[in-house]
Amino acid sequence: MKENSVLEMRNIHKSFPGVRALQGVDFTLCEGEIHALMGENGAGKSTLIKVLTGVYEKDEGEIYLKGLNKPAVIKSPQDAQNLGISTVYQEITLCPNLTVAENMYIGRGKGQITNWNKMNKDADKILQNLGIPARANQQLGSCSIAIQQMVAIARAVDMDCKVLILDEPTSSLDDSEVEKLFGLMNDLKARGVGIIFVTHFLDQVYAVCDKITVLRDGQLVGEYVIEDLPRVQLVAKMLGKELDDMEDIKGEAAVYSGADADQNLLEAEGLQSDAGIKPFNFHIKKGEVNGFTGLLGSGRSESVRAIFGADHVLKGSVKVEGKTVKIHKPLDAMKAGIAYLPEDRKIDGIVGDLSVRENIILAAQVLKGFFHPFSKAQANKFADEYIKLLEIKTASADTPIKSLSGGNQQKCILARWLLTHPKYLILDEPTRGIDIGTKIEIQKLVLKLASEGMSVTFISSETDEMLRTCSRLIVMRDRRVVGELSGQELTQTKVMETIAGGEA
Amino acid sequence: MAEKKLNSPGGISRLFRMQMFIPIVALIILAVFNLILDPGFFSITMGTNSAGDPVLSGYLITILDNGSEVAILAIGMTLVTAACGGQDISVGATTAIAGSVILRILVGGGDGELQAPIIVAFLVACIVSMLFGAFNGVLVSIFNIQPMVATLILYTAGRSIAAWINNNELPIVTDPSYTYFGGFIPGIPIPTPFFIAAICVIVIMLVLKFTNLGLYTQAVGINASSSRLNGINPTFIKFLSFVILGLCVAVVGLIKTSRISTINYSVIAKDIEMDAILAVALGGNALSGGKFNIMSSVLGAYVIQFLTTTLYKLQVSSDALPAYKAVVVIVLVVISAPAVKAKFASIGKKMRARKEAA
Repeated sequence: MKENSVLEMRNIHKSFPGVRALQGVDFTLCEGEIHALMGENGAGKSTLIKVLTGVYEKDEGEIYLKGLNKPAVIKSPQDAQNLGISTVYQEITLCPNLTVAENMYIGRGKGQITNWNKMNKDADKILQNLGIPARANQQLGSCSIAIQQMVAIARAVDMDCKVLILDEPTSSLDDSEVEKLFGLMNDLKARGVGIIFVTHFLDQVYAVCDKITVLRDGQLVGEYVIEDLPRVQLVAKMLGKELDDMEDIKGEAAVYSGADADQNLLEAEGLQSDAGIKPFNFHIKKGEVNGFTGLLGSGRSESVRAIFGADHVLKGSVKVEGKTVKIHKPLDAMKAGIAYLPEDRKIDGIVGDLSVRENIILAAQVLKGFFHPFSKAQANKFADEYIKLLEIKTASADTPIKSLSGGNQQKCILARWLLTHPKYLILDEPTRGIDIGTKIEIQKLVLKLASEGMSVTFISSETDEMLRTCSRLIVMRDRRVVGELSGQELTQTKVMETIAGGEA
Repeated sequence: MAEKKLNSPGGISRLFRMQMFIPIVALIILAVFNLILDPGFFSITMGTNSAGDPVLSGYLITILDNGSEVAILAIGMTLVTAACGGQDISVGATTAIAGSVILRILVGGGDGELQAPIIVAFLVACIVSMLFGAFNGVLVSIFNIQPMVATLILYTAGRSIAAWINNNELPIVTDPSYTYFGGFIPGIPIPTPFFIAAICVIVIMLVLKFTNLGLYTQAVGINASSSRLNGINPTFIKFLSFVILGLCVAVVGLIKTSRISTINYSVIAKDIEMDAILAVALGGNALSGGKFNIMSSVLGAYVIQFLTTTLYKLQVSSDALPAYKAVVVIVLVVISAPAVKAKFASIGKKMRARKEAA
């Protein structure tokens, strides 16, 4: 073991039925460094993390930890915790029905918590130190997702960890919260904690990390010092091919030029749902790609949910192709040719235990009707067609969707909606938490669909992604529409200005 | 398609993963146990019943006969379990209601002669049972009450309602044709309940084949929120599952009252809800909802009856029966637990790997 390393993983192997997830991967983490673990979906990042945290047992290989003479034995998350390895996962893994303090102290130490007052006080102190706006005795479920995420970090930090793993911690945080998190990470770094940072945001990697380890297809590509690896090269290494950066996508932005290109596909007037957004007007033309932008919680998701009837619509009228339609529930919207890929893939998107095939045909099947199930052959044909078309990586169409990687799950949901042949496709954060290759594929697909006459509304937290794909942006702030940008106005600065508001 | 096969697990572990595996193995163990103890268990003799018709008798026939009631209930219980992630514990009590309704219409207040065709009485019982099912369904699907709590109401009140329907009298049907449903149809030596169960199974299989009930129910059971966004109405699917179970209950009410041509409100179909739930569990269906296999539940129902009959044959008194049953149930449920299944599967995998290495 090297002098200043806190963790060394050597020659790690792990296989699942049909997949060799890790093939002889090495990983070294030094004291007081932030180390990015990068790779596409299915590259083996998550598996490596789960081996380290005891969620999976490795098939082969050794893990060495500082202060231990022999290889560490990690057979359960409890073992990992005892060895000073803490993890904050992408999805919140806390209990929403307990208080913040209870969540921070649950399952720790020996014996039960006896002094609730002290626990609450300690928790409050930690929360204050980290600048997290939550009270110790507040129910966790009443906090926003971002704060829940920060509580998870507070919990990990207080566990006196030597190795802190942050698995996509920023995917549900907005910019100021990300800043706060980075401050916290640097703080811990100074205290000598080794941090493994898994993220898909390249900017964040370059903002905060010292080293990068790249994995591809379960194999180690290499370990690099951040200064030696420019962005383009990193992407190339992750994808395993030279990529003319992401900029090339802009040139391909094909435009729909049908005779009806000027006609509004959908017009909404004074639309309001029970999710707390102010009434808004909205329209989209045939073959247009537009987007809702704004900070987290500004109401962009709620707006599209109102259009799709996912939330209870209170008032407003909607016209599709000039005809008034009443949309009370998702099925109404689906019948009007609207498709909606929801923001939260796990809760609203996938039906976990069902197979990839069933997940793909689900919406089309519902549209076809209760008494008209697809034949087995038809279902197979559809599934195989879209697995091929979207290059979904799955052992077979019978595999339960939950065992796929995040990006491939997202592709299945996308396939589900494409199969309904919608006129209007709403994509709410389709690229969140998925790898850069798939991101670009999805962006290209959006533009291709639009050029064929489909109207698309695209929502993303990444402004540059929106600028690349959308020809018109609707800007939201505090649950109301505050502006609309198109043409020359579509620049990063202008968007930021509009989001921030002139009067501020 | 050859490349797909390549990655799929081999024979042994696939067998372990099969849902029917547990009930089939349990059936084989019980059969072997009885074979060793007394091969006479399997003997079937042809005799005549009191009406002079030829009938088959033997322990196996008893199993087919009595197991059919649980099997019919298991069909509806599987759907309720899959859609709602909970169970209906009122089926015993609502069976009493259904039976009571049938008797009331057939002979209520009369001298035992049929006052209405049996089919009419049965159809009315179906409607009443479905209404009670709908009551449970509304509580669960609209008011979001946990199924066991919601059905606790009828579990408690059902038998009183049943008694009230007939003014607390015990009507007796004297017409011999009414005994056919729980006994034998003249000339056919196999007990009728088995045929009724077979019809129910065929009907539900056809429904599952020609509608999307299966897909919708599973989707709602696994992820109701996502199902809603795909245009499914989770509330209605949950409601529907209770109504279907109501229909199953009416059928069992007919069989139960036909067996004795009358009714005993406090003991009719007593504890049958537990057997029905057990059949679902034994069939390898997750009691928390989601994926299901009705054939597996039906098989589970017969396995439970096989067990009960075996214990009766061993002269276990009916009071001690539940204790013996419990022991066997513990074993069955533990080996069908996912954790244990996974262990079996990995052992199978290792064995295969060793074989390949050799």
